[in-house]
Amino acid sequence: MSMSTDGPLLEVRNLVKHFPVHSGVFGRVAGHVRAVDDVSFSIPRGKTLSLVGESGSGKTTAGRCILRLIEPTDGRILFDGSDITELNRRQVRSLRRRMQIIFQDPYGSLNPRMTVYSMISEAMAVHGLVPRHQRRERVEELLRLVGLSPDAADRYPNEFSGGQRQRIGIARALAVEPDLIVADEPVSALDVSIQAQILNLMEDLQQRLGLTYLFIGHNLSVIRHISDYVAVMYLGRIVEYGPVEAIFNACVHPYTRSLLSAVPEPEPHRKRERIILRGDTPSPINPPPGCHFHPRCPHAQPECAQWGQRLVEVGPGHTAACHVHAPAPEHLASPTP
Amino acid sequence: MRDSIFNRLRIDTFVTLLTDGDTGIPDVTAQSSLWRDAWRRLARNRAAVTGLGILCVLGIVALATPWIAPHGYDDQDILMGATPPSGEHWFGTDQLGRDLFTRVLYGGRISLMVGLAATAVSLVVGVLYGTIAGFSGGRVDSAMMRIVDILYALPFTIFVIILMVFVGRNIVLLFVAIGAVEWLTMARIVRGQVMSLRQKEFIEACYVLGLRRRRIILRHLIPNALGPIIVYTTLTIPNVMLLEAFLSFLGLGVQAPMSSWGVLINEGVETMEEYPWLLIFPSIALSVTLFALNFLGDGLRDALDPRVSED
Repeated sequence: MSMSTDGPLLEVRNLVKHFPVHSGVFGRVAGHVRAVDDVSFSIPRGKTLSLVGESGSGKTTAGRCILRLIEPTDGRILFDGSDITELNRRQVRSLRRRMQIIFQDPYGSLNPRMTVYSMISEAMAVHGLVPRHQRRERVEELLRLVGLSPDAADRYPNEFSGGQRQRIGIARALAVEPDLIVADEPVSALDVSIQAQILNLMEDLQQRLGLTYLFIGHNLSVIRHISDYVAVMYLGRIVEYGPVEAIFNACVHPYTRSLLSAVPEPEPHRKRERIILRGDTPSPINPPPGCHFHPRCPHAQPECAQWGQRLVEVGPGHTAACHVHAPAPEHLASPTP
Repeated sequence: MRDSIFNRLRIDTFVTLLTDGDTGIPDVTAQSSLWRDAWRRLARNRAAVTGLGILCVLGIVALATPWIAPHGYDDQDILMGATPPSGEHWFGTDQLGRDLFTRVLYGGRISLMVGLAATAVSLVVGVLYGTIAGFSGGRVDSAMMRIVDILYALPFTIFVIILMVFVGRNIVLLFVAIGAVEWLTMARIVRGQVMSLRQKEFIEACYVLGLRRRRIILRHLIPNALGPIIVYTTLTIPNVMLLEAFLSFLGLGVQAPMSSWGVLINEGVETMEEYPWLLIFPSIALSVTLFALNFLGDGLRDALDPRVSED
């Protein structure tokens, strides 16, 4: 089915997305929001990479760029070895069959005026995947696959709960038999008890169908549960990247540490260090010079405000961008204005 | 393009018939389930069904008027003058001795025709224009909506007089003039709806699933904007009928001795104290029509929204 089976399914190289900020009557461009600023990562087939970060860190924008819902400003996105940033509208449409999205809001992501059957079969019809007379059967099969009863097919979204709707959303995404699924905070709008069900369903589907996930989220317990690799984003940049164990057990970047220290511990008496960050996330229109994190960083040194940070290898497959904890070799460091 | 779709349809049907005639479930649900379900819900709404029934009767009466009217609409009997309702003249007669029942029947033809035609014009133009503007966004949207603003600012009366100068007195002119004014508000309403719907995740999902823009607009955007469209349409019809009366009053609409409900009501108001029936009967006709329209419109809006609970 796929063209090459060895390389990573998705590779993102130096992805940049700037949103112009307009002001005044004539919409003069007053500046740019650097939502995604030089982000690179790759996801091997059948694995899950998580993008973690607080709101405004650019994780959702990165996900939408990959799906070509937003046009990236710069950079390359290689899907199954071929560059998808250059495709025209028709080509994007056929590409869409291979990458799908699961949305955060189970209430906004389903058309309230369509039955579940119409919704799911529409996708099959568009790509001519399932002959007309088999669609009913296929839709019911998909509904069973995501743990719903087949007679859900003739009902409208408003007749379902949040968790059930999320399952319908997953069934719709699976209708086109995708290889990659971008899951944009798929459980953060759900009750905790339902979250586990949906996550287990996603893991189960990954194993059965060989799916590759780009998981976008901010709940670290969830991320730890589902990921193989984690990329921590801050203000549009990846500050630390590595296998999930490395990030959770041996993180290097002060921002990652503060994120991890915020995770609630199930054992109340265990002693733990809580790192409270000072201040707010700076505006992505005017990010601080040097390391974006330095104004809030507990370990900041004077040179952090001057030196741009590069991702530096700190362990096998584990990189971090920190001048203090992962000093760059001399030839890599470069001053930024 | 169209040919290929039809061919595929035929082949699919053929294959269905050949391979599994008993389990082949027809795919009509995918195309029309919203409308079929809506019809089922509408049929259960008594007020809406009554409204629909009244409108059907009015329509049939309007079509059959030349055959069922007891008198000619311009048969005068000046010596008799205005008489109250009687066995001979059910609604009475006006100052010229014309049978009011006949005139209400003929007036209804004009009013319903103007109401339907002008509203249809405003509906089609307004919904298309608004959808395109709202869906395109950006500069296209700005340009399109500025045109609407300019037309809005044009005084209606002057606009009609100008039209009349160029086209001449004509009943079609009425539709054009009224439709040309009424679609503006419709376009604004639809554009607003489409703009907010466009941001919804289920529309994004359509893109990701690879649907074409035309399909997204027709199957996902417009059905979800139907509520306000229907409500505004039911408000437009009475508006249009009253506008017609206003234009006729200016001498731009219906020409005497032909009449419409709006004209009859206008004349009735002048002699309200002496001959109240000249006001009462045309007003009842107009009110009944508008009530029926509103009941039907409310029912349609609810029927088209699966979120309204059924019990």
